[in-house]
Amino acid sequence: MTNRVFAAVAFAVAIAFAAVTQLISNEYYFTAAYTVLQFVILATAWNILGGYTGYVNFGSAAFFAIGAYSSVVLYNAFKAPLPVMIVAGTLIAGLAGLGLGYLTLRLRGVFFAIASLALAVVLYTFVVNWDYVGGARGAYVLQPSEVPFGLPRYVHLLYIAMVLMSALALIVARTIETSTLGRGLAAIRDDELAAECSGVPTLRLKIVSASVSCALMGMAGTTFPYFLSYVEPSSAFNLSYAVNSIAMPLIGGMMSWVGPLIGAVLLGSVQQLVQVTISSAWNLLIVGVLLVAFVTLAPNGIMGWIDLWRRRGRG
Amino acid sequence: MAGPLLEVRGVTKNFGGFNALEDIDFEVQPGERVGLIGPNGSGKSTLVNCICGSLRNDAGSIRFDGQEIGTQPAHRRIRLGLARSFQIPRPFASMSVLDNLRVPLLYAANARAQKKLSHGEVAAEALRILEQVGLAGKARDTSGGLTQVDMRKLELARAMASKPKLLISDEAMAGLSASEVDEILALLCGLKGLGVAVVMIEHVMRAVMKFSERLAVLVAGRKIADGDPQAVAGIPEVVKAYLGE
Amino acid sequence: MDSTTALFANAIVAGLLLGGFYAAMSVGVSISFGMLDVVNIAHPAFILLGSYIAYTMNDRLGLDPIAVSVVLSPLFFVLGAGLYRVYYLCFEQRGQESLRGLAFFFGILFITEVMLVLVFGVDYRMSKTAYADTTWRLDALDFPMRLVVPFLVSMLMVVGLQLFLSHTFFGRAVLAVAQDPLALRLMGVNPIRVKERAFALSIATAGVAGAFLIVIQPVQPAIGREYIGLVFAVCVLGGMGSIWGTLLGAFVLGLAESFTSTFFGPSWAPAVSFGLLLATLAFRPAGLLGR
Repeated sequence: MTNRVFAAVAFAVAIAFAAVTQLISNEYYFTAAYTVLQFVILATAWNILGGYTGYVNFGSAAFFAIGAYSSVVLYNAFKAPLPVMIVAGTLIAGLAGLGLGYLTLRLRGVFFAIASLALAVVLYTFVVNWDYVGGARGAYVLQPSEVPFGLPRYVHLLYIAMVLMSALALIVARTIETSTLGRGLAAIRDDELAAECSGVPTLRLKIVSASVSCALMGMAGTTFPYFLSYVEPSSAFNLSYAVNSIAMPLIGGMMSWVGPLIGAVLLGSVQQLVQVTISSAWNLLIVGVLLVAFVTLAPNGIMGWIDLWRRRGRG
Repeated sequence: MAGPLLEVRGVTKNFGGFNALEDIDFEVQPGERVGLIGPNGSGKSTLVNCICGSLRNDAGSIRFDGQEIGTQPAHRRIRLGLARSFQIPRPFASMSVLDNLRVPLLYAANARAQKKLSHGEVAAEALRILEQVGLAGKARDTSGGLTQVDMRKLELARAMASKPKLLISDEAMAGLSASEVDEILALLCGLKGLGVAVVMIEHVMRAVMKFSERLAVLVAGRKIADGDPQAVAGIPEVVKAYLGE
Repeated sequence: MDSTTALFANAIVAGLLLGGFYAAMSVGVSISFGMLDVVNIAHPAFILLGSYIAYTMNDRLGLDPIAVSVVLSPLFFVLGAGLYRVYYLCFEQRGQESLRGLAFFFGILFITEVMLVLVFGVDYRMSKTAYADTTWRLDALDFPMRLVVPFLVSMLMVVGLQLFLSHTFFGRAVLAVAQDPLALRLMGVNPIRVKERAFALSIATAGVAGAFLIVIQPVQPAIGREYIGLVFAVCVLGGMGSIWGTLLGAFVLGLAESFTSTFFGPSWAPAVSFGLLLATLAFRPAGLLGR
């Protein structure tokens, strides 16, 4: 499938999902779907640097929060319209990824990982101390009373925005995967020295990969303030984002865009159910245990099983 | 173009007080076949790493095709037409054999070419090179699962795919059987027809003597001989370095 | 002493005492990350585990947290040995340590934190000791015992480790294991066994550091993550895998945090370690003592 056809299909599916708003009235489903889609974006974005390039980012929550808090700032400053928030948050998170990548990606891979983890802590500290965005108390971000496009509720608009952003993230991921850039990233993942000696500008590609990945994570966070109407540091920087965005690609499979999608939909839905029936701590425990179980016992994830099964079918 | 293709002048490299290379001069003419020998630890691989950019030389100059490359990152040097194979094969293990060749074709050959190859042409070219080295039948296999000799062939094929003017082959034959050595040797000799200069680093003396138009010897970070292979092989110092090993 | 000088001098004292404690937290990472090349980002999770075990014994039986942790350190040693064995079999042996191995330790960190939340809740817990509330005074200088006692025990532990590693055959094997496992095999030493024991030792130090932590301040499951930046900053600052370097890095960080707390407010302190870590990585990746 060419990239254009894929993009067309992805957007067609997205519009179909968006059209559902006209059919279902129970608001809970949109809230749940919004949360799952948020994870689809985070997992897909993480996989661009993690799965395609082989560099672990523990700071997903930080980039998500950058997106969320840039929206808070824009809201406080001049009640910026939603599209402006989305674009701004994406760009700022991308720049943060660029900066972190520039400083640490020339060193061994683990340093980027450690720095990303530490970045989450320092940004958290920064936000807690920043009164303009509410500090530790948090800030109210009220949904506009008028909902455009004749939609019944504002959450429907946020859901549609999330659907479109997910489609965009998947298109970006797949385009990278099938492009020359993706080939270069895979070479870096397999053997960085050999890649450099095959003419791949490894540092530049790693930085590009980190920037795109972090930008998409930021994008996922931009609509978060409106979604909850209230943002506090501990919800925007929730560790669950960092863990899920690693666990989902690992469980789904990291070699292609399909893996993170499968992982996010599966794990995201399970968490929605568990959250309702049991509690959020158990919820996180399940994700953690699944992460460790998959990474030790099934390192290629669900897609790995499917590949194996397909190959057996052929042979 | 007049002058040597590769010109190494006074290159020195230290590792924490240990002189790995000391004041090395080394030249390769366009299309020339040069053998480079020396005992283990004599600095052969360090020299290759300095030339190809995996290491930076502490002093001296390295010129390739008329320009100074000593400060350039490795990928730039590869794009200028300088390719290497690794002593211990380093395939892109998750990719197919064919896809391994796509990487240098897309990133090195295409970066230099006047007319960029399309994706279809890249695949065709990769297949053509695999045919040359006898790996065409395994083009779709995952490269991580190849046998030792096939890995060596893939190393050379991947180096050739960057369309080099000079290929440095770092012990492509170590540990192979006699017939496998002949296979690799035939492959390297075939490059002459394509106008590619080759530096062969090797311990298999039979292959080196058969292959080289010129022979250089490194011992303990210094070049002790450089010239006609038969003459060099007769120098007492060289004989001693080799028998002493 | 006028008040500014006193403030300044007290910040130095507090920084050095804090640094001694940081050395205990980081010395394990210096061993696992610096010497063995095992990137154990779950190290703070074991520190917290140590804190909660010490807390429980203190709360139920009234035992001294630090004494408990020293007695129970063999338990942590065994735990560490087991963890390394899993890590080796699943990741190191397969050459997958860089991506999946990291994710594994991250998962362990996360699971430990959630388990602690499920058992102890998210409230802060404190230990009760006889010395915690006393402060020894010298002129205008304060020496709070809750910092002095951990400092002294920490120095004993860190210097003891350095002597042990530099004066025993095992210690030299540990120093050689990441560089030249083949040479060790030729000497008849199994490098995997060496790594297993050394890693176990690193986890044992985490248990003791955990007891220090609960003596010094109230503890809550989520604070483990805040120390990841800190322990790795100390380790990188100290030049990775050098115990003297770790000690130096710990003092530098302790002083930096103490001054930040004194002059900008304690809420900024967590940002210091990250800032130092990034600056070190960007400008002196070989560490303070590196060439």
